[in-house]
Amino acid sequence: MGWIQIAEAFSAARSRGEGALVAYLMGGDPDPRRSPEYLLAAAAGGADVLEIGIPFSDPVADGSTIQRAGVRALRAGTTPEAVLGVAAAVRREVNVPLVLMGYYNPILRFGEEEFVAAAAECGVDGLIVPDLPPEETGPLREATERHGLGLVFLVTPETQGDRARRIATSTRGFLYLVSRYGTTGERRGLPPDIMGLIGRFRDVADLPLAVGFGISRPEHVAAVIRAGADGAVVGSRLVREVEAGARPGELEATVRALKAATAL
Amino acid sequence: MRLSEYPRGGKFGTFGGRYVPEILMPALEALEEAYLSLRDDPGFREELARYLRDYAGRPTPLYFARNLTAHAGGAKIYLKREDLLHGGAHKLNNALGQALLAVRMGKRRLIAETGAGQHGTATAIAGAVVGLEVEIYMGALDAERQRMNLFRMELLGAKVHLVDSGTKTLKDAINEALRDWAANVRDTHYLIGSVVGPHPYPMMVRDFQSVIGREVREQVLAAEGRLPDLLVACVGGGSNAMGTFYPFADDEGVALLGAEGGGDGERHAASLARGSVGVLHGMRTYLLQDEWGQIAETYSIAPGLDYPAVGPEHALYRELGRAEYVAVTDTEALSAFHLLARLEGIIPALESAHAVHAAVRRAREMPRDAVVVVTLSGRGDKDLDLAFRAMGNGPRNGFTRHT
Repeated sequence: MGWIQIAEAFSAARSRGEGALVAYLMGGDPDPRRSPEYLLAAAAGGADVLEIGIPFSDPVADGSTIQRAGVRALRAGTTPEAVLGVAAAVRREVNVPLVLMGYYNPILRFGEEEFVAAAAECGVDGLIVPDLPPEETGPLREATERHGLGLVFLVTPETQGDRARRIATSTRGFLYLVSRYGTTGERRGLPPDIMGLIGRFRDVADLPLAVGFGISRPEHVAAVIRAGADGAVVGSRLVREVEAGARPGELEATVRALKAATAL
Repeated sequence: MRLSEYPRGGKFGTFGGRYVPEILMPALEALEEAYLSLRDDPGFREELARYLRDYAGRPTPLYFARNLTAHAGGAKIYLKREDLLHGGAHKLNNALGQALLAVRMGKRRLIAETGAGQHGTATAIAGAVVGLEVEIYMGALDAERQRMNLFRMELLGAKVHLVDSGTKTLKDAINEALRDWAANVRDTHYLIGSVVGPHPYPMMVRDFQSVIGREVREQVLAAEGRLPDLLVACVGGGSNAMGTFYPFADDEGVALLGAEGGGDGERHAASLARGSVGVLHGMRTYLLQDEWGQIAETYSIAPGLDYPAVGPEHALYRELGRAEYVAVTDTEALSAFHLLARLEGIIPALESAHAVHAAVRRAREMPRDAVVVVTLSGRGDKDLDLAFRAMGNGPRNGFTRHT
């Protein structure tokens, strides 16, 4: 397992004539016991990669839907250790690559090496730390490389030139393209310049390119895949269903519809 | 290397740095570049100096507090009167500097966080006078505690967003301001109000606030013919303290003392005195956090001290032992608030009252020819409601009656 697995999930999808669907859910939402059922439902619905959030008290990159999910998870007693437990429970059932998404402070507090070692042990393949730009990654990058995990970096509409190339060559697993200014959250439409943006980063990335932030409808997924992205990340749209009390089967149907839109 | 040469590579030793979402990185680089080129630009310096003098009222006096000194019975105590600055606190030094910088960078809009409302007010004032739109983020709980400050910002033309997420206080207002900035980074400057946040903010805010310490240096030399033995200031994020300390950083004979919000003893906001190292709001520094790295709820009677982190340069000073940081409780601060009002006819901000308490306690143990300077970061008018509720009939003089 590890970051190679993530990249392979993208190429496997590509060889089937599809883009990859990356499905995000908050770990421990609605509580650590039921959280794996929702993640497994997303896998059953066809998600090619599962992204599991680690709840944090101060999630500056997230909009209100994921903020509320974090509050629910924390109130239900979700610790980073509990999220690792959720990942391990999912790993026991399915082979789909697992990527943890968490802010830096809880990982730092856990101990970077200890956290990555524990994550690898639980069958986690990659890690996204949205408030940790490449400049500050030293010890965490060493730890992920030692354990074969992918440390996934983000690029945005503001990322240009050398910086874009540097990030594109440092990322492991895939390159995460933030589609818009602002935070995560559902949006009605795609940003008008999304095609150009995907084109810009297509050329600098050797690894798969996945587009996230505001991707919430099947037509968004279809549009970014057709524009040349290798994958689409859907988060808030799915988190909203958990919030509304949907059963895992209902979430599975939503994921299936999003996955169907990845067909080229 | 000398202490005054920090930051190096955006870091104060191991503290500071730039821990923010990627979308903000180019903006921080552009801000650093613009600031470094304007810092030494004579036109910019003159413009800022003119605003500070003619508009804000600088220099502020250094006042020898004869009665407080007699009360303490030890070192001579001087007060640096930032409470006399326009807006009622030291915050305007930084707000004017950054607002002028934002104009030069071609931004049309300022956003800022505020806890007590002091920085929000200073930003609203600066935005009004330089002609920029202003939007302020304020925790809903803080706004409830400081209704008049909210009204004051509105009067000055600022739009105020009440923040209902998290603990509904200053740290959540910063989170929300960071989210706004991520969405509007092209035309908006985030005017951070303390020596916190990602590089270059801690350096830049320190530089703008260092006018306090530079004036102290000149004024105390004129009054005493020598440098002070001790500087005292309150520390929330730590901007008035760093502005006071920094021009003396390399003067080893000058001791530095920071007073943090000790709350009720159990609940507090003393990140340096009692916290541990972590990363929040773009910087590596001392934080109040739980065993899993979740940010802890803080409490202080002084809203401006009620913050779970602290500027990274203070973290370095603590680690090197260059400055000492103590927790002053609500009760101690209230009694200093009352003491200064009665002895000197000055009602300090509750934040500043923490520094007054720490200074009096320390001055008591020092010889009579020693010199202590306390930065009175703000005036207490904003706190009358809070103090009234906290004091009840206790320390009031009990005289007021109908004739």
